[in-house]
Amino acid sequence: MAPQSSDPASPNFRETIIRVRGLEVGFGTKTVMKDLDLDVYRGEILGFVGPSGSGKSVLTRTILGLVPKRAGTIEVFGENLDDLPPEEHRRLERRWGVLFQHGALFSALTVKQNVQVPMREYLDLSDRLLDELAMLKIEMVGLKPDAADKMPSDLSGGMIKRAALARALSLDPEIVFLDEPTSGLDPIGAGDFDELIATLQKTLGLTVFMVTHDLDSLHSVCDRVAALGDGKVIAAGPIETMLASEHPWLRSYFHGKRARAVMG
Amino acid sequence: MPEIDPEPTCEIEDGGGTVRVRLNGRWTATHASAVEKNMADLVAQAEGGRVILDLSSVSRLDTLGAWVLDRTRHELGDKGLSADFTGARDEHRILLDEVAYRGFQTSQPQKPGTIVDFLADIGRSVVGVGKDFAQGTSFFGEIVSALVKVALNPPRFRVPAVTHQLEQIAYRGAPIIALISFLVGAIVAQQGIFQLQKFGAIAFVVDLIGILVLRELGVLLTSIMVAGRSGSAFTAEIGSMKMREEIDALRVMGLDPVEVLIVPRILALLIGLPLLTFISNISALLGGAVVTMTYGGISLDIFLVRLQQAIAFSTFMVGMIKAPFMALIIGLIASLEGMAVQGSAESLGRQVTSSVVKAIFMVIVVDGIFAMFFAAIRY
Repeated sequence: MAPQSSDPASPNFRETIIRVRGLEVGFGTKTVMKDLDLDVYRGEILGFVGPSGSGKSVLTRTILGLVPKRAGTIEVFGENLDDLPPEEHRRLERRWGVLFQHGALFSALTVKQNVQVPMREYLDLSDRLLDELAMLKIEMVGLKPDAADKMPSDLSGGMIKRAALARALSLDPEIVFLDEPTSGLDPIGAGDFDELIATLQKTLGLTVFMVTHDLDSLHSVCDRVAALGDGKVIAAGPIETMLASEHPWLRSYFHGKRARAVMG
Repeated sequence: MPEIDPEPTCEIEDGGGTVRVRLNGRWTATHASAVEKNMADLVAQAEGGRVILDLSSVSRLDTLGAWVLDRTRHELGDKGLSADFTGARDEHRILLDEVAYRGFQTSQPQKPGTIVDFLADIGRSVVGVGKDFAQGTSFFGEIVSALVKVALNPPRFRVPAVTHQLEQIAYRGAPIIALISFLVGAIVAQQGIFQLQKFGAIAFVVDLIGILVLRELGVLLTSIMVAGRSGSAFTAEIGSMKMREEIDALRVMGLDPVEVLIVPRILALLIGLPLLTFISNISALLGGAVVTMTYGGISLDIFLVRLQQAIAFSTFMVGMIKAPFMALIIGLIASLEGMAVQGSAESLGRQVTSSVVKAIFMVIVVDGIFAMFFAAIRY
């Protein structure tokens, strides 16, 4: 990976949008991660991999403030989350969108109403625009218009993912956190989803933090990959760095049977 | 970090047949009303010819901005003008292509008259009650058949499940039911003393408490408390299992959800409710005794002697006989409502509410029927 420069004038300069330093998280007597450092740069798609139970979701939830941390700092948009007063924190939350692993759609609302929830809360939109914009997001994520008036319980797994992405994107966030976005989708749907994320990343200048196990996604859309293991980031860099890594888990992950099938 | 947040504006230059519109500032969702107003004004003002929307000095564009711009282009087109974008940066161009305006047919729910609505509501409720009754009956049949199956095949009797439910219903419910019964017994005694005093018949307060508590109050209070405490819990448990497909999981394993989930609960209720009724009876009598001692000056000895004269074993049995029926009603309604839960959290809440309301209503109705029945057979 090219050396990152801290000098804004340097051509290698990339703004760090999320900076995690010395993070320690645990539950009870169990420590899930310790001294974890992670950087996410503006405008990139970071794929985040790791064995099941290694704490990928916990890290995401810690950055989002859903899980308390024991030590360390998390800076998002250059601001330390601990130092922010509550209003500032809420303002910052408008600038990120989250796709939870199981969608977390509000079960009492239709898909369209789900997408409109953040818009109604934070924006002052006319009814017409509210409707049109919700429909636009719904179509952008590849759902048919007739899905808009369905209840989440009437949707298939893939449709729930898409609807949840539409909701995550409803405020045009700068960062989106995707927790296993393509799991449970058919390969074509997953490919479309990857393409969609890549397009949105280009058009909206999104930074994407994606927890995934999908080797296709890692290859096709991720600019960088970070791997979590033993409570630390064991490697971070473009996919080539990952392939060259000697770490046993990474070797079996990227050189296993399934990986060979993907890479040919 | 302080951001310069310039409002979106547009400068219109009329150049003989061609209108050049220069857009400035941030065309984003935070300025939604300004974005919409600017463009609505443009559409209203424009008259014939060509409109060129110059995006070169737009500092930021998001999906909302792009959507409104493209919508405006189409609206101008509908007015017979030709409209084009120019000077769009690459990323803005991609965004404009991505949103590509199209009319959405949003289905507006039709609003019939209020009277029609009202009548339709009544009709729906009547049909609903009928369906409830039919479902209740068929469900009752299912439960009875499951009970018979278990009775014929004792190894299938789930002892741990029943004892666990018994703990939840009876053991954990006992203190609150004892407390409430004590208080109600005391209150009835106090009011009885005040009213009977006028006739110089204070001593009859013991008869009043004894008969009222044993025949009606004990079982009624217990049933209402159990419907609120355990009935709601059953509905919520079964309902959330239904929501998360756990019931389906049981079914595909060849297990009968009625046998696994509902039979133990109903058995526990059938055992637990009479026990609780007994506790409630004793507490209410105790509450009555304490008040007759303090307000009526009747000592405990005299209270007990009078109580013995006032009540017979049948008085006690009238209350106890009702308890298992109440248990069955509560268990049946709670399980039925639990099974009716749909996918949403709202529906879970609705079914739990209706479980408690229906159970309490039915308990009181059945108690009334029993009262008439016992009066008719002079028991």
